[in-house]
Amino acid sequence: MSTNTLMAKPSRPWKPTPKSLLPDFIGALVTAFGTLAIVAATPLKGKLGFVIVLILMAIATTSILSAVRKDRKAALNSTTTVLVYVAAAFVIVPLISILWEIITKGATGVSLNIFQNDMSATASDAPLTEGGLLHAIIGTVYLIFFASIVSTPVGILAALYIVEVKGRFAGLVRFFVQAMSGIPSIVAGLFIYAVWMIGLGNSYNAAAGAAALAILMIPTVARTSEEVLKLIPNDLREAGLAMGATQWRTVAMIVIPAAKSGLITAVILGIARVAGETAPLLLTIGGADGINLNPFSGNNSALPYYVWKNLSLGSEVAVQRAWLGVFILIVVVFIFFTLARVLGAAKGQKR
Amino acid sequence: MSTTTAGPKTIPKPREITTTPRFSDKVFRAVVTVGGLSSLAILALIAFFLVFNGFETFRSEGISFLTGFEWADAIPEEGIAASYGVGAMLYGTLVIGLLALVFGVPIAVGTALFLSYYAPEWLKKPMVVVIDVMAAIPSVVFGLWGYFILMPHAEYWAKLIHKYLGFIPIFDMPANAYSRSPFIAGLVLAIMIIPIVTSISREVFAQTPLDRIQAAYALGATKWAMIKAVVFPYGRGGVVGGAMLGLGRALGETVAVYTVLNLVYDIRIEVLLSAGGSVASMIVNKFGEADAPELRALMAAGFVLFLVTLIVNFIANYIISKTERKG
Repeated sequence: MSTNTLMAKPSRPWKPTPKSLLPDFIGALVTAFGTLAIVAATPLKGKLGFVIVLILMAIATTSILSAVRKDRKAALNSTTTVLVYVAAAFVIVPLISILWEIITKGATGVSLNIFQNDMSATASDAPLTEGGLLHAIIGTVYLIFFASIVSTPVGILAALYIVEVKGRFAGLVRFFVQAMSGIPSIVAGLFIYAVWMIGLGNSYNAAAGAAALAILMIPTVARTSEEVLKLIPNDLREAGLAMGATQWRTVAMIVIPAAKSGLITAVILGIARVAGETAPLLLTIGGADGINLNPFSGNNSALPYYVWKNLSLGSEVAVQRAWLGVFILIVVVFIFFTLARVLGAAKGQKR
Repeated sequence: MSTTTAGPKTIPKPREITTTPRFSDKVFRAVVTVGGLSSLAILALIAFFLVFNGFETFRSEGISFLTGFEWADAIPEEGIAASYGVGAMLYGTLVIGLLALVFGVPIAVGTALFLSYYAPEWLKKPMVVVIDVMAAIPSVVFGLWGYFILMPHAEYWAKLIHKYLGFIPIFDMPANAYSRSPFIAGLVLAIMIIPIVTSISREVFAQTPLDRIQAAYALGATKWAMIKAVVFPYGRGGVVGGAMLGLGRALGETVAVYTVLNLVYDIRIEVLLSAGGSVASMIVNKFGEADAPELRALMAAGFVLFLVTLIVNFIANYIISKTERKG
C-alpha cells in the first residue's frame, strides 16, 4: 500500500475551490429568499406567480454575477443557460402531472372484478364495484392481434425492399413510408369506413378497426425494421452470396435470423404506437357494452373507446371509469414500450 | 483419395456463372417489391376512396367548400339546400397548429440543446427515456388530462393574458368564456408535439461537426456563443423540419383537440375565446348523426385534411433529409 510513494497525486487545478463557489452559493440563496420575499410582498400569488418570479430571479442573479465577474457575453450565456434548464424542466412537468393524475385517479378503481365483467348488465352510473372493462380488453387484444398480422409482413417487406433489394423505387418507397407515418389517424378511419362500410356494405366490427390501425402501424414497423436491417453487417450478406446462395436464401436464412430481435422490437413499437389510438376506432368498431368474441361481425369495444365513451357520458362515475380505463391503457402501452426497449437494448441496437 | 474403390470419377459440372437472377430470386424480388410498393398503394387508395366518396360535395360546393363558413344539412321542408364548407375549420386548425408551434418549439429546442450540450452525463439517458415515454402516451390520455387537469390552470393563465395583454386584438375577450379555447387546445398540442420536435432537433444537433465546436471554444466562445455561431447554422434546417413534422401531427390530431376545444363555425381572431375549429375534430363531431350527403362532405373534408398533412410532411421530410445530408 505505502510502497508507491512516488505516484503523483492526481490534482485537478480547474476544480472550483470553495472560495470561487461562494458567489454562486450566495446567488442561489438570494434567488431562493428573494423569490419568497417577492411572492409574499407583492400580489403575485399562487404557483404560477412563484414559478415566474423564480425564473426571473434566477436569470437576474446569475446574469449579474457573470456580468460582475466576467463580461456581458458571460451574462448572456448565463441567461440562456437558465432558459435551457427551464425548457427541460417544462418538458418534465406535464409528464409527471399526467402520470400522477392517472395513478391517483385511475389506480384506485382497480379491482379483480373489472377484469371479470363487462358493462352489458351495468348501468353507466353504477358504482365502480359493478361492471368492468373485460369487453374493452378483449376488443383491444383483437385489434392489436389483427393489426399486427397485417402490418408486420407489409412493414418488413417494405424495409427489405429498401435495404435488401434496393429496387428502382427504394428512395420513393422510403419517402412515402415517412409520409405515411404522418397520416392523421382519423383519415385512416375514414378510409376504412369508405372501403369497408360504404364500398363493401359491411357493418361495424373489430376487423375494420384493426385494418385502420394496421395502416397507422405499417410506417412504424417499416422504419424501425429498416434501421435494424441496416445494422446487419454486409459481411454476412457477402458470405452468404459467396457460398452460392441466392439472394432469397441469404435474406431468409442469414439476414432475417440475425435481425430477428430487432424486427420483433419493430413490431412491438408499432403495437405501442397504435394500442392507444382512438379516432379511427370511433368510425370503425361501433362500440359495445358487452363482450363480443367474434372479431368479424358485430360491434366491438376497445380500451381507448371505453375511455372515450365514459368521457362523453360525463357523469361523475363515468369519469372515474374513464380514468380507470386510461390507467389500464397506459399500463398496456408501457408494457409494450418497455418490452420494445428491453429487447432493443439486449442486442445493443439503437432505438 | 486412397480409401474408396470408387468407380469413374465424376467431376461436378461447374455452375453456370450468370448475373440473371434465378427463379427463386425473381419470386422473392417480386414479393418484396409488391410489399414495398404497398405503402404507395395505400396512400393512393386513401386519396382515391376519399375523393370518390366526397366527389359529389366537391362538385356541388366547388371552391366554396374550402372557403365557406357554414356546415348545414339540407332542410327539404323549407327548401334550403345543404351547404358544406370547411373554411372556418381549416382556419381553426391552422390557428391551433401555429399556437402549438409557438408554445412547443422553443421548449423542444431548449430541451434538445439541454440534452446535447448542457445536461450532465447521468441525466441524459433518463431524460431521453422521459421524452420517449411522452411520445408513447395515447392522445385520448392527453385529452382527458387536458380537460380535467390543465384546463383550470390554463383558464387562469388566459385571464391573466387577457388582463395584461388584452389591448392586442388576438388576446381580446368579448365574452366571459375562457374554457375550451384554441389557446388551451394549442397548449395540449404543444405538449404532444414536443417529443418529436425534440428528437429531430437532437438528431441534427448531434451532427454538428465537432471540430467547429472545438474551434469556437478555442477562440474563447461561451457555450451560448458557440451554439449561436456553430450549432444553429448547421441545425437550422433540421429544427425547421422537425417543427413542420410537429405541425403535421398537430393538424391531424383528433381526440385530444375534440375534448378541449369548443367547435364553432366562425372565424374568430380571439384565441382566448371559447370558440375554435379543427377539421379532424369536426369529422368526429359530425360523423355520428351524418346522413348520406353529409357523410360525403365529411369524406371530402377528410381528403382536404389528408392533403394538407401530406404536403406539410413532404416538405418537412425534404428539409430534414437535406439537412442531414449536409451535416
